[in-house]
Amino acid sequence: MTTPSKAVLDKLTPVLTKRWLSPDAWRLDVYERLDGYAALRKALAVHPDDLIALIKDSGLRGRGGAGFPTGLKWGFIPQNDGKPHYLVVNADEGEPGTCKDLPLMTHDPHSLVEGVIIGSYAIRANRAYIYIRGEAVHAARRLRHAVAEAYKAGYLGKNILGSGYDLDLVVHSGAGAYICGEETALLDSLEGFRGQPRLRPPFPATHGLYASPTVVNNVGTIASVPYIVLGGAAWWKTMGTEKSSGPMIYSLSGRIKNPGQYECSMGITLRELIELAGGMQDGHQLRFWTPGGSSTPLLTGDHIDTAMDFESVAAAGSILGTTATQIFSDQDCPVYATYRWLEFYHHESCGKCTPCREGNYWMVRVYRRILSGEGTLEDLDTLLDTASNILGRSFCGLGDGATSPVTSSLQYFKQDYLDYIEGRKAPKLSAAALAGAH
Amino acid sequence: MTAPEKAVDVFDQETRERAREIVARYPEGRERSALLPMLHLVQSVEGYVSPAGVAFCAEQLGLTKAQVGAVATFYTMYKRRPTGEYLVSVCTNTMCNVLGGQEVYDTLSDALGVGHDETTEDGKITLEHAECLAACDYGPVLTVNYDFFDNVTPESALDVVGKLKSGQRPMPSRGARLCSLKEMSVQLAGFADEREGAVADGPAGDSTLRGVRLAQQHGISPAGFDINTPIPTPSKEAAK
Repeated sequence: MTTPSKAVLDKLTPVLTKRWLSPDAWRLDVYERLDGYAALRKALAVHPDDLIALIKDSGLRGRGGAGFPTGLKWGFIPQNDGKPHYLVVNADEGEPGTCKDLPLMTHDPHSLVEGVIIGSYAIRANRAYIYIRGEAVHAARRLRHAVAEAYKAGYLGKNILGSGYDLDLVVHSGAGAYICGEETALLDSLEGFRGQPRLRPPFPATHGLYASPTVVNNVGTIASVPYIVLGGAAWWKTMGTEKSSGPMIYSLSGRIKNPGQYECSMGITLRELIELAGGMQDGHQLRFWTPGGSSTPLLTGDHIDTAMDFESVAAAGSILGTTATQIFSDQDCPVYATYRWLEFYHHESCGKCTPCREGNYWMVRVYRRILSGEGTLEDLDTLLDTASNILGRSFCGLGDGATSPVTSSLQYFKQDYLDYIEGRKAPKLSAAALAGAH
Repeated sequence: MTAPEKAVDVFDQETRERAREIVARYPEGRERSALLPMLHLVQSVEGYVSPAGVAFCAEQLGLTKAQVGAVATFYTMYKRRPTGEYLVSVCTNTMCNVLGGQEVYDTLSDALGVGHDETTEDGKITLEHAECLAACDYGPVLTVNYDFFDNVTPESALDVVGKLKSGQRPMPSRGARLCSLKEMSVQLAGFADEREGAVADGPAGDSTLRGVRLAQQHGISPAGFDINTPIPTPSKEAAK
């Protein structure tokens, strides 16, 4: 294996991933030896508003995909309003390609717990919830264990570390619904309903959980907070770019030699990430990739030098998303890849909004027809027409996300579609898959 | 379909006590938040959400059975038919799929003689194809009662289910030692895994550690990190 160049290695910024090297960092005593809960002590000594200001200064942006400025979100919580406030952690990781929050919660659960306590103190919440994906059972085991340890040590519960501040934290397992990663669907689910998105406004900042002011943050966002409290906003901004500050965990999967989690300064390019990952697998040439999960439009080999920060990826026509970088090669078919994602969106559409529910149902059928060698040229127009009738016409982003691989694959790989339709490419699906397609 | 059983006949005192513990986690007047964990709880008793389970949740939370049923049928993890001791989920979403997950699923389906969401006759294994399980760096993956087996091949997957059928419990790649699906459902209801050593099981996998190990090997860490950096206090200045 060739060693990556020094310039590329220097883009590695192990911050949130650093404790993963310590096999027992999930235990409180080990975590404490590795600077654990030092940030909480510092935070409880200052006014909550100073913490909100600190996070604003750091430029921290949400790690769950949307990249909203975290300090600004915290600042939206109305104070002295007489209502209970809530902090809810979105740990419902499930965007195809995304696999950074589960290892974090499994190997360093206290960093999330500590971040929750600091964040809750900042927004004056006395109750917090971690809504964790149901299937994430080992991460949940470790998290529940960490929460129990934190209670016992006086980091949670009444009068935390003698500060007079109280916080209760519950780890709440979901039950298998991708839609619950959408923040308002998550809140409905946490309230004991079907996870379906809410109309906004009003936003969760004023009418969130139990119609009270609520901050919903991703795992990576909240786990970043203790480091910013410890190292300061200026240090945090030494990493990343001016508008996309800090380190980011890039999740590399697919046709590379060493898939895995690479925490790097935001703005690293795919070319550099592939170099860190040991290069492409032998016999594979980069053909298409997702910068941040399947809901972000596909990019191609032409975008290999795009800086992977919020602004640059947007300028390239996609979305940074969750930095779930799925890498496909010349041996992978973009039409089939898109079809599989569409099966996913069809399965996971919650059914609330007609365009998403019906649109995904029909697009899946059109893909089956094309991949069975029965497609027509008109099918391509149908796909684009359906996609444009879904995009922006549903309550939440699930429908929008479903159109991303469709429109981007048609933009860059129309010839692949034509090859199936015009019989130059062997059908990828059997006729059995066609049932109901016509 | 059998007639709905009465909740009172099915759920013992321990389950009722657990149900009360679940409700106590949420604020007063917000008991409905307990519904998802409580559905996991009834599944821990029967292996699926039965009409009796729906009735139990409704009774505990002051909801109608229709309200509970509407929620139970929305979520994939609540099963509507009795399940096997082990739920084997094979990821067939795009990344695992192109890396071989579809062949793994097809192989298991043929070998076990069951399709999606079906259970083997011996009641051991329920098979399903799953959407992204958030382990793409280990693709293709399968899970047994939601604990991961990484980088599986048709052969290694057959080995796992063969062992399960013969009464063995192979060790997952990164999770805890296996338990039954009913026992797992107790954990999903929010209770600690009480098995000695189970929480400690599961070393970090190579893919998880790739980036941070590379940094360690080359002595790289972000410069200037000082945990004693003071937090600016603009609020004090504003108060002056």
